[in-house]
Amino acid sequence: MQTFQYQQPSNVNQAVQAGARSKTAQQYADVRFIAGGTTLVDLMKLDVERPNQVVDINTLPLAKIETAPGGELVIGALARNSAVAHHAVVQRDYTVLSEALLSGASPQLRNMATTAGNLLQRTRCPYFRDTAHACNKREPGTGCSAIGGHNRMMAILGVSKDCIASNPSDQNVALTALEATIQVQGVRGTRSIPIQDFYLKPGSTPNRENVLEPGDLIVSVTLPAPVPGTRSHYLKLRDRAAYEFALASAAIVIRVNGSRIERARVALGGVGTVPWRSREAEHVLEGQTANDATFRRAAEAALKDAQPASENGFKVELAKRCMVRALTVSTQSA
Amino acid sequence: MATDRKPTSDLPEQEQQNDTQSQQPLTQRVSRRFFLSSLGAAGLAATASPVLAATATLEPAVVEQESEAAAPAGAVPVTLKVNGKSYTLRLDPRTTLLDCLRENLNLAGTKKGCDHGQCGACTVHVNGQRVNSCLTFAVMHSADEITTIEGIGQPGHLHPMQAAFVEHDGYQCGYCTSGQIMSAVAVLSEPVGPTDDDVKQAMYGNICRCGAYPNIIAAVQAVRGRA
Repeated sequence: MQTFQYQQPSNVNQAVQAGARSKTAQQYADVRFIAGGTTLVDLMKLDVERPNQVVDINTLPLAKIETAPGGELVIGALARNSAVAHHAVVQRDYTVLSEALLSGASPQLRNMATTAGNLLQRTRCPYFRDTAHACNKREPGTGCSAIGGHNRMMAILGVSKDCIASNPSDQNVALTALEATIQVQGVRGTRSIPIQDFYLKPGSTPNRENVLEPGDLIVSVTLPAPVPGTRSHYLKLRDRAAYEFALASAAIVIRVNGSRIERARVALGGVGTVPWRSREAEHVLEGQTANDATFRRAAEAALKDAQPASENGFKVELAKRCMVRALTVSTQSA
Repeated sequence: MATDRKPTSDLPEQEQQNDTQSQQPLTQRVSRRFFLSSLGAAGLAATASPVLAATATLEPAVVEQESEAAAPAGAVPVTLKVNGKSYTLRLDPRTTLLDCLRENLNLAGTKKGCDHGQCGACTVHVNGQRVNSCLTFAVMHSADEITTIEGIGQPGHLHPMQAAFVEHDGYQCGYCTSGQIMSAVAVLSEPVGPTDDDVKQAMYGNICRCGAYPNIIAAVQAVRGRA
């Protein structure tokens, strides 16, 4: 691990100024914020991340989980995954988020990992994580070792000829289906970014994963006020029953009136280069009868443009069945 | 990329050991770790200068000069509270909490299994919450209460969970065991359901190559009163 200068800013502004000195907020940033450290320390040990300044933001007052006057839930950037997952309001009104969080990592990691840090988690692609292998995400133009290599866990949606690295997150798939917004404080003030607009597909610049710029510090994540009658569910399919990343997962937020689907939001995990919002599935679902035939048609639409690699073709059917099952569970009479 | 092992001038020395230890025969006061390191030092002493031979004693060598040379430029001062005691250190900021506990504070009960947050052998409590000490830097924890396996119980006054692991044969090689016990003790104050499956779900962040899982679950359930 490269050595670094350790800093502890005493307020958000100081943190922003410290971060602003970085040449980039993306891969190989020379200034990194550290909160839980569960991604950053891991990658620093692998020499995949090499900051020369590490800015410890753990003492900043950003950990609250509060309902705003309009009914939105504002989750502080430093709220730990375990605190969010076990929060009464999250469990009652945003069940998909609690289920997603509890399906991921381990109890120890969930006590360390923060909401904002989780937004920024990195791919588990073994070639990205091993500097002995060529990787366009680390160094654009050097080649993708996963294409034509071992790619069973990699993406089938949002891929490019330069990168097929899957986004492994559970939290962010749930937040996508919930249409969360991300509040960022930067050198030019604060702004709110819909999660739909936060992530960047790899294209020819897989080293750029999100829209953050140097100095940008995520301060909170906001969930829209819950609508009565809405149900939500997260289903994660993987090789082991616990402690493993998703092969395919589905987050559903749905409101049914009688047997008619009034509103549906669908996101997929494990199969996209980013948390995968499926408007294609939503267009099929809304206004239709909540039954197996409808769910199956939605799943077909969602995976229509899938581009499997040499070892992950099974994910196309797996993702469809995952979505159908998640829709079934979230619309079953209680 | 392990950070360099070094004795430091802040080493707590024998006051860190059990009270009962000073009454034990000399051969039992020498830890396995120190014995092995003195074999190495004795080997050096046989071929090197008399100065090195002086380090091959039965007391852990507090080598002032070496520790000053070993504290690198950019070392960060930090005071850590571990098992109720305060330690003031100057650390390379890359030092993980795990390496600090084991190498700087000689609290070797916490184990390094994978060093990447995937096995749970390094589990300790920070402010009562279980965490993987391998994925956090020691310098980040100056305001925190840290509890390790050494602080849970000691020979002669074991924590009920430690006693249960013994009674239910909850270990074989013992390498995952301190992490298992730290997780299990945390489970006692977390919202975990009553069944064995609930315990499995709560403990899956601690893996055991020997496969002692059924006995680990039995030990945990015994303490929870659900055997």
